[in-house]
Amino acid sequence: MVWDWLPTYFPLLAHGLYITILLLTGSVVIGFAFAVPVGLVQVTGPWPLKYLARGFCTFIRGTPLLVQMWLLYYGVGSLFPLIGLAFPAFKENFMWLIRLDAFYYALLAFTLSFAGYEGEVMRGAFLGVPRGELEAARAFGMSPWKVLSRVWFPRAVRQVLPTLAGETISQLKSTPLAFTIPVMDLMGVTSRIRQDTFLIYEPLLFLALVYVVLTFLITRAFNYFEGLVPARR
Amino acid sequence: MVFAALFNFNLLAFGPTGYGDELFWGALRTVQIAVLAYAFGVSLGLCGAMGKLSGGKWLRNILDGYTTLVRAVPELVLILLLYYAGTDGINRLIVSIGFQPIEINGLVAAVFVLGFVQGAYSTEVLRAAIQAIPIGQIEAAKAYGMSPILRFRRVVIPAMMPFAIPGMANLWLIITKDSALISVVGFTELALATKQAAGVSKLYLMFYLVTALVYLSITLFSNQVFGWLERRVRRGQPKLA
Repeated sequence: MVWDWLPTYFPLLAHGLYITILLLTGSVVIGFAFAVPVGLVQVTGPWPLKYLARGFCTFIRGTPLLVQMWLLYYGVGSLFPLIGLAFPAFKENFMWLIRLDAFYYALLAFTLSFAGYEGEVMRGAFLGVPRGELEAARAFGMSPWKVLSRVWFPRAVRQVLPTLAGETISQLKSTPLAFTIPVMDLMGVTSRIRQDTFLIYEPLLFLALVYVVLTFLITRAFNYFEGLVPARR
Repeated sequence: MVFAALFNFNLLAFGPTGYGDELFWGALRTVQIAVLAYAFGVSLGLCGAMGKLSGGKWLRNILDGYTTLVRAVPELVLILLLYYAGTDGINRLIVSIGFQPIEINGLVAAVFVLGFVQGAYSTEVLRAAIQAIPIGQIEAAKAYGMSPILRFRRVVIPAMMPFAIPGMANLWLIITKDSALISVVGFTELALATKQAAGVSKLYLMFYLVTALVYLSITLFSNQVFGWLERRVRRGQPKLA
C-alpha cells in the first residue's frame, strides 16, 4: 500500500469533495422542488399534465441514469453548436449555452433523476393524506391553494421525510457517474490520481472510505431532523 | 435541415452499413449480464438472509459488515474496485501456485461484480420477507416434524414470496440499469455499444434516444412479468388496499 500521493493531491481531492457535495445538495433541493408539482399533477392535475408527469416518471425510472446523462451531455449538448451554426444570432447571444460546462449537464441530469424518483414518492404521499382532512379544510372555506399549502402539502411531506434520507443516500451514490462526462468530482479526481500515479487500489479504497463517511453523516443529519418533528409513538 | 443533421435512421440498419446489429448484440449482452448477475445475487442474498437469521454471532457480524459496507459505497466505485481487485487477485493466486496468468473473461467478471453488489441488497430484502412470515406457520411446520430443508422448501419460500416480490422486482429493475455501469470498465454492452456508435457517427441524440427506449422497453416488459408473478404468488390471499 502506497499512500504518499495523499498530501500532494489533497487540494484537488478537497475541491472534488466540494463538487460532489454541490452536485448532491443542488440536485436534491431543486429536484425535490420539482418533484412536488410532478407528484401533485398526477393526483389532481388536468389530464395532459397528468400524462406528461406520468410519462416523465416512467422514462426517468425506466432508463439508466448513465444513459440519461450521456443523452443530455452528448445528445442535447450537441444541438446548441448546430443551432449556432445555422443561426449566427444564436451563437452571439447564447455562447454560454454552447460552452456550458459538463458540471451543469451533470447537475441537470441528477436533478431530473431525483425529481422522477421523488415525484413518484410524492404522488403516493399526496394520495396517502386522509380524505377527511382535506374535506375538513374545504369545509372551513379554504381556497384550493390554501388547502394545499396548509394541509395537503405539510401532511404529505411529513410522510416522505423518513424515505428522503434513503433517497438522498442513493443520490449520493449516483454522483460518481458524473466523471464519465468529464466532471472533476471526487470520482473524477480519483481517476486522475490513478492515471497519474499508476496505483490501482489505494485511491479507490480512499474514495470508498470517503463515501462511507458521507453516508454516515447524511444518516446522522436526517436522524437529527426527524427527531425535531414531534411524533406520537 | 437540422433534423437531417441529427437523425439518420439508415444507420440503425443491420449489417455492415448500420449499427443495428451492434446495438442488438449489446442489448442481448445487457440482458444476459442482468439475468446471470441477478441469479447470482439472489442466491447470495438467500444464503446471506439465512445466515443472518440463523447463523452464529461471527457469521452475523461478517454478513452485517458485508451488507453495510456494500450499501454505503457507490456501485460504480465497487465495480471498479472489485473488477480490478478481483481479476488481479485471481491472477496473483494462479501465478503463486505456479501457473501462467490467465485472461479473465469480461462477462464472468461483470456478472460476479454486479451479483456481489446485488447480493447485499437482496440479503436485506429476503431477510425482511422471511421475518414477515407469521412465526406460527414455521412452528406448525416444525410441529409436523418437517426437516429444515423440507420446511424451507415447502413453507418458508412460498410464504415469504408475497413479501419478497415487490423488493425483488425493484432489484431486478436496478440491475438492468446498473449493468450500464459495466461499460465504464470497457465491457461492451448496450451502453458502451451506443457510445461507440454515437461517437463514430456523431448522431449522439438519435443513438442515445434509441438506447433509452430499449432500456425503457426492458423495464416495461419486466413490470408486466413481475405484475403477473405477484398475482400468482398472492393467489388465495386478501387483496392489498
